[in-house]
Parts: sequence; C-alpha cells; structure tokens
Amino acid sequence: MRYLPHTREDIDQMLAKTGHASLDDLFDTIPDALKIKDGLDLPDAMSEWDLNAHMEALASTNIACKNYTCFIGAGSYDHYIPSIVPYLVSRSEFMTAYTPYQPEVSQGTLQAIYEFQTMVTELLGMDISTASHYDCGTALAECALIALRKSRKANKIAVSSLVHPAHREIINTYIAPAGYEMVEIPATAQGLTDVAAFEAMDGVAGVAVQSPNFFGNIEDLGAFRAAADAKKVLMIASFTEALAWGLLKSPGSFGADLVAGEGQSLGIAKTFGGPGLGLLAGTQKMMRNLPGRLIGKTKDLNGQDGYVLTLATREQHIRREKASSNICSNNGLNATTASVYLATIGKIGIREIARQNHDKAVYLKNALTGAGFESVFDGPFFNEFVLKAPQGFAEKRAALIRDNCMFAGMPLDSCYPELKDHYLFCATETVSKQDMDLLAKEVQS
Amino acid sequence: MKALDELNFPEDVKYTKDHEWAKTDGDTITIGLSDYAQDQLGEIVFVELPEEGDTFDQGDEFGSVESVKAVSEIYLPISGEIVAVNEDLEDAPELVNNDCYAGGWLVKIKPEDMSEMDSLMDQGAYLDMLKG
Amino acid sequence: MKQPGTSGLIFNEPQLWEKSREGRCAISLPKADVERVEMDPSLTGDAPDLPQLSELDVVRHFTRLSQWNFGVDSGMYPLGSCTMKYNPKTNEVQAARQGFAGAHPLTGEEFSQGALRLMYELEQLLGEITGFPAVTLQPAAGAHGELAGMLIIHAYHAKQGRQRSKILIPDTAHGTNPASASLCGYDSVNIKSGPDGILAPETVAAAMDEDTAGIMITNPNTLGLFEENIKEVCDIVHAKGGLVYGDGANMNAIMGVVKPGDLGIDVLHLNLHKTFSTPHGGGGPGSGPVGVVEKLIPFLPVPRVERELDTYKFVTDCPDTIGRMHTFYGHFGVLVKAYSYILTMGAEGLTNASKYAVLNANYIKESLKDTLNLCYDRPCMHECVFNDKKQQEYHITTMDIAKRLLDYGFHPPTVYFPLVVDAAFMVEPTETESKEDIDQFIDAVKAIAKEAMETPEKLKKAPMLPKVTRLDEVTAARKPCLRG
Repeated sequence: MRYLPHTREDIDQMLAKTGHASLDDLFDTIPDALKIKDGLDLPDAMSEWDLNAHMEALASTNIACKNYTCFIGAGSYDHYIPSIVPYLVSRSEFMTAYTPYQPEVSQGTLQAIYEFQTMVTELLGMDISTASHYDCGTALAECALIALRKSRKANKIAVSSLVHPAHREIINTYIAPAGYEMVEIPATAQGLTDVAAFEAMDGVAGVAVQSPNFFGNIEDLGAFRAAADAKKVLMIASFTEALAWGLLKSPGSFGADLVAGEGQSLGIAKTFGGPGLGLLAGTQKMMRNLPGRLIGKTKDLNGQDGYVLTLATREQHIRREKASSNICSNNGLNATTASVYLATIGKIGIREIARQNHDKAVYLKNALTGAGFESVFDGPFFNEFVLKAPQGFAEKRAALIRDNCMFAGMPLDSCYPELKDHYLFCATETVSKQDMDLLAKEVQS
Repeated sequence: MKALDELNFPEDVKYTKDHEWAKTDGDTITIGLSDYAQDQLGEIVFVELPEEGDTFDQGDEFGSVESVKAVSEIYLPISGEIVAVNEDLEDAPELVNNDCYAGGWLVKIKPEDMSEMDSLMDQGAYLDMLKG
Repeated sequence: MKQPGTSGLIFNEPQLWEKSREGRCAISLPKADVERVEMDPSLTGDAPDLPQLSELDVVRHFTRLSQWNFGVDSGMYPLGSCTMKYNPKTNEVQAARQGFAGAHPLTGEEFSQGALRLMYELEQLLGEITGFPAVTLQPAAGAHGELAGMLIIHAYHAKQGRQRSKILIPDTAHGTNPASASLCGYDSVNIKSGPDGILAPETVAAAMDEDTAGIMITNPNTLGLFEENIKEVCDIVHAKGGLVYGDGANMNAIMGVVKPGDLGIDVLHLNLHKTFSTPHGGGGPGSGPVGVVEKLIPFLPVPRVERELDTYKFVTDCPDTIGRMHTFYGHFGVLVKAYSYILTMGAEGLTNASKYAVLNANYIKESLKDTLNLCYDRPCMHECVFNDKKQQEYHITTMDIAKRLLDYGFHPPTVYFPLVVDAAFMVEPTETESKEDIDQFIDAVKAIAKEAMETPEKLKKAPMLPKVTRLDEVTAARKPCLRG
C-alpha cells in the first residue's frame, strides 16, 4: 500500500522497542470479546488506474459530466471560476494544514482568512465577519440562536417564508430542541415578505429576511430594520447569491445586526451542493456573540505584523457548555478560495459580473415572457425570477434536458404547493444570449 | 505565577473563597478580585460585568473575567443591587492585573443586608485558606 | 540525517489592499452580449471596494502567503486527536471530475445517479467499518455530526414520551461534546476518569439515572487509551434507558480491529478529514457522518439516500426525523475523497493503517518516556500524552518545547489538551509517517530536552526560523483588530 511506509524490518525494530511480539499484541488492552473476528468486508483495494476508471464511470452518470446549461440557482450558482483560483488554493501548504493553532507557521492561512474577513465586511457593509461557517443555512440558524439567547423574554424567531426553504428547515432543526419556535412571516402578492404581518407579531426575539429572497425579489430591508427597531429586536439579513452585493446596496447599509449568507458564488464549484461557504457577519456590538473562529491582527516579539486566532473564549474548547456555538472548524479552504476569487475579480470585476448577471436575467425574463410564460412578480430582482409556465412546458423541459442538456428553471411546487406550474429561473454571466434565445425558441415551438 | 509572599492582601477588605474582595465604603460596597485571583488568571483581556440596577443574591455569578485561553465566573460576595460598574475596564481590562484593589475594582453595590459582610474572611483567614 | 528545520526562502508580502492600484483587474471580463439594463438607483450601492490587482499580483500574493504555512506535505504534523495523515493526491483528482465538481444540487435524481450512488455506497462502507446498519453523510464537520447525534438522542427520548435533562461527559472529552449537548438543552454532568486514565463503571453507575439522556464517550479516549470498560459502561447506561454517544474522532486507531457498533455504542460520528484522509484545508471543510443502531434510523436527518433496484433516490418522508442539517446533502466534495480513499485502501489497507498508527504511537511513547514525563505508562492506541513535569525545574513549559520544535522543522503536537493532564503534550504520529521521520522527531525532542537543561533561553526565544516569532495574543484579544 503506497501510503504506508513500513517495511518488515521497520516493524520488527519498532516492535522490539515497544516490547510486543506482534502488531496484534499492540491491541491487548482491548478485551478479546470486543474484537472483530473476520476482518472487514470491503471491496478489494484498487490501483489508481482502476480507481480512475471506476470514478469516471460514476461521474459520467451525472449530467454534470456534460457541458450543460443551467438556468437553475436556488442556492447554488453557476459562475465562471478563473483558473488561478483553484490553482492557488490547491497549493498543499493551504490544503494540508490544520487549523492555525500554531500561528508562527500558519501565517499563510491566517492572513488569507484575515483578508477574507476584511473583504466580506466590505462586501456586506458590516463591521465584523467570522472566519466562515458551513453554509448559509447553518450560519442563519446560528444567527437565530444569537437573537433568541440575547432576548430574555421571547422564545420565538420570525423568519420570512421567502427565506430559502432548506434554510428554514435547518433553523427549525437547530432551535426546536432547546424549546424555541420559528414563526413564518407570510408573503405578499408581490412576492415580498409582508412587513405588516411581522409588525403584528408579538413576543419575537428577532426577524430574519432573505434578500434577494428565494423568488429572486429584492426586499425592502429598511422596512424590516424599522419594524425590528419598533420591537427593539435584532434584524438578521440572509442571502444565497453573494455576487448580488456587487450591484445592490449592502445589508449593512440598511442596518442589519447580523448577516448570514452563502459564499459559494465566490469561486467555489457547485459540487452537488457542498462544501459551500457560510458567511456570517455582525455589527461591532455582536462581536462576543458570534460563533466560530475570528482572526485578528497583532505583532510578534520583534514588532512585525502577524495574525492569530482571537477572542477564543467564546468557543467550545474553552467555554464548553456555555460556548456561543459548538462549531469547531470553519470552511477554511473555501474561505481562502473566496479570498483569492475576490482579489482576482476586484472592484471592477465584481461590478461588471454583477451587472451582467442582472442584464442577462432581465433579458431571459423578457425572452420567456415573450415566448408564452407569464410574469408573476413585477418588482426588481437580481439574477433570479419566477415565471408561470405555459401548458405543456413540463414535457418541453424534459426534452430540453435530454436533447440540449439544458435545465430550464426549477419547479417551485415541491416547496410552495400553491405555485403549481411556477418555475424559478436563474441567469448568470455563464449563460449566453444564444442559450437564452434557444430556450425561448424551444418553449415557443 | 507568584509565591504567596509576593502578593498583596490589604487588611481593610474582606475576602471570599472564590477570591473576590469586598470593601465597605459608606453605604455601598466595592467589589474586586484579589491579587491571588488576578495572578492565577494571568493577563486579563476582557471583563464582563452586569448592568447598573441588576440585583443579585450572595454567591450569585454576576459576570466573568477572561484571559486569552480561560474564562472564570465571578461571584457576588454579598446580596445587593449594582449601583456602579467600572467602565474603565472596557478599554483597559489590564487594570485588574495592575491595580486590583483600586483602579481595577469591578462593581459597587448597595447591600441588602450589611451583616452579610460578617460572613466573609478577613485577611488572616483568607491567607490561611490560601496556604491551606 | 539532518533535521529538516531551516529558514527557507520566505518573502515579505503586504496585505492585498496595499498592493491595489486603481484600474487593475485580474479577470478578463466577458463581453456583454445582451443590452445593459439600469437598475433603479435607489437599490444599487457603490461597488464594494475590493483590491485591484493584476493576475501576477494575485498569484505572487497567495504563493508567498502559502509559503508561510506548514502542512502535512511540508513535514511531520503529529497533532494529537487531529489525525494529520497524508492526504492522497488521487482523492483530489477524483473530486475535481467535472461530473462531480460541476454538479448542480437541484438538477434532479435522474441526472445525479452517479453522485447518489457514491453517497449510498459510502454509507454502506462506513457502516461496515463502524458496525452500524445506517449512516448519514449530511453533517458538515465533526462537531456538526455530534450535534446531529445529540439531536437524534433528544428526538429518541421525546418519542419515548419523556424528555431527560442531563448528559454524562467524561473529563477527557473534546469541548465540542458539552457544547453540542447544551444545544439540545441537556446539562452536562462531568464524569471523572480513573487513575489509569479510563472510565470506571462504578463512577458511571453512580451518576446514571433515569433523568439522564445518556453518555458521550470518545473511544479510544483523548489520552490515547482504549476504554476497556466500554461494554460495562454501555450496559449501565442502557439499563437506565439512556443512549451511548460515541465520538469517533479517534477511529483511526481501531479500523478493522473493533467496530464501535459492537461495543454498545448507539450513535457515532466520524471525521472524514481525520480517519479517511481528506485534507484539513487550514480548518475545513470537513465532514462528520453519523452512524446509528437500528432503533435510531427513523431519527436520521433528511434527505436520506435509498436504493431501489439499480436506481438511487432521495427520501424525505420520514416523520420522526430530526430534520435537515445542511442546505443540500452535506459536503459532497469531501465525501468523494473519503470514498476514493476507502476504495484505494481496501480492508487490509485500512486495518494496517490502524495497526501502524498504533505502532508508531507506542514506539514514540517508549522512545521518549525517559525524556518527557509520560502521564499514563500503559499501552496506548494511536496517540500518547506527555507533559513538562521533567522540564519544570528549568522553568521550561510545554509551550516552549512546542515552539522550539518549529525550529527543528516539525509541527508541534497538540498542547494543553486534554485538560485532565497539566500542560499536556499529545503526540499522534499517524500511520503514514515512516520510521526514519519518526526517529528524527524523537531525536529533535531529545535535543530540545537537552537544550532545556543547558541553554533554556533558546527555548524561551523559540521559534526563531519561521517568518514571525511568538505573537502577542493578549493585545490581539484586548484590542481586537478583525479587519484591515
């Protein structure tokens, strides 16, 4: 086995040192009755050659092995990834390092994540970003817990029904066992969260609103800030498309106390939904309530700048049962990826990419409504929108996948049963006018 | 960490088994951490204190003191209402290390029952406990 | 052989924004092929002030940063309880295949059969290795797996009709254990390990009652010792209606030797980034699958992956499920790497991995026990724990020894954990280190112990070779500076 360096001679010499007659004797402290009798029943070890063939066979039964066109977003977005991003991030010094507990030999990870924190705060208009979380859903659940713990009276959290359905499920998984409750804020006919319905709610510890919301519509975060202020509760903003902030006003500019978001769009491959990148940011006031790692700048003994993990007393390895969260890692390598991506696209690139996303989405919406789709909501959106499909579209959609490797939107009825025949479409900078024209033509034919 | 004879334990304050001190100051009591406690904790980086107006019973946890890699709860020596907190500690938590009996005080309370002070240790008893 | 430590070729490099120049951009932007649409200006903000750099600026920046890092590929990384084994490169190739890396999670089961089959088969493989009839791959990290496990225990008790309020946690446990338990509203009850470093059944029996949901056990524990009384402990907990949570962080010691499912453990999480060779990435992403016994299957998170003849599908219709833990299906990209590792290793390879991991640790224990104080002088599993007792007379601490190891070209072991040992120095070599590399490590520790007696100032000043010296963590925490 090529990963195991031990020769027979090594083993004999080492056993002589430890005083064991055989490798099996090393396990003498384990009662015999507990040991496996017949070994493990696993497939025979594969050579790399065989493994390649096996894995390619598996991968090739995924449609993604082909050059497919994806008009689906809903939390995972197809964006162009510059080749320097995976190239740099795959440097083994980043990839094979552990958590930077020994800062003297981890300055690479530490500075890259410090730069990540800085660029995320800039992107979101917030004071502080953590070193990242698992994904948006888990980051949002942590934000809900912060609000609930800070409130001494309320045990409910108000969450927009237009927050990503999976994120709402995760919030429920996280908070229900501790006796907390999620109450959903209904949507208006315009596909926006009903702020008046939230205003009428009593006994909530905070409010969570996604913008652009799950239908792609841009919410009036300012109205939720005002409503949260009237109740003296925390306002949490979430998002699934990080590149929206290349164009839109940041959640921080509306006064969000906490922001949870998905950073997969920042240079990370879709990878069947994970690992993505949970972004989690807060105002200065929230600093000691934030979950997970934070990296801070300091000096070494010679007065040089350097970086360390800091404010660790919030965390589980010190505060144990009273920790702000049980999280012990971050999605570090993906945070580094986002750092490289944001440095690559820069101020000019993020604006242009964001604009192209918006332009193409508008073009696609117009093309499809021209081809028989019905517009459902009229408000502004970024790169996703909902349309009602003409009769017979489901069959056409299946044919488009089969014949053109094109995924024309995601049906919404599984998450919103009242929205039968409604589809959520997404257009990013990776789709061409040609793709969109083809889709419109096929729908119409 | 220092030896006991290198530490300072003034005679004009009372001590608890959890290493807080309490000093009568007219009708209020000032509370802080003993020299032994601050020395054990090492360099203090953050002090979490209650708000003015909060009330606690004797022995209640009323805040915490943090070093880089540890958190220690702090307990109120006698029952009462918080009438002042040391706001200087927000920017300069090191005051607890450098000046624990004066500039590094934690809170002042209006005691509920002054006689609770009698249940605390004087300098001699506290030193005996530490030598224990 | 010469010790590997050297000053190396290290460059200075400023923060990104110090290199920024107005007008630079490291991406060639695609030409717009549709009309520009102006958005309502009340909705748009200024472009985020990201750094403006050329492609080479970005490449040099991150290349230089990477050179300040120590990884498994740089040298021996014997971090106790972290299993810093070699991360095979073929795993990366497999995960990067377009069919996996390019897969959108919502294209539907019909078009994702390869991904679903891989997940299904990985569940089966992990089930065989751990002895559990069902496994979920959804948790995104070890601590996330722990949370899933505790939620399952919580849901089980709720289903029995009476919730319990406490959970037993040994003093050797990872801090994540009590933190995960308290998310379920359980109070942690600390259980002292015995003088031999393992749990005594009597201690558990004295604490276990019908208001206790169960116990969380790491086996082998964080002292590197096998919990020999595990069966008795499990019986005691089960007799009172409790469940046993197994923290599988140290599974690397026992693959092919013991199956946790055979020991009486009801729920177990694994760390794919430890035992199954996926890279740690400077702190993640990891993956924390959870295995359960038969009666707990209904509580597993959704969606579940199931097979029907030769077709794989997601199932969400599970009324007793704890719910969803992750937006999609967990860290799929990490799963591909672990699957690739298991297929490469086979049964014999995995069993040998554990045997050599245990051999390496015992060899270090025997070789260094005259140099450092060995806290528990008994056969260890995959890691062993020393401390600085023998160096105290020279005023040298575990931290000083750890920092000096950096100058010798080794990543230090885990220090100051587990908490039951004063100033612990916890060494986990893993199976992928060769005898020569381990001998070099042993020589380095011995040389440092000699320095501690003769020239202790060398240790106090260490490390001297890395780009930065010891950092001021006190100021970092007193005056936090968390962004540039």
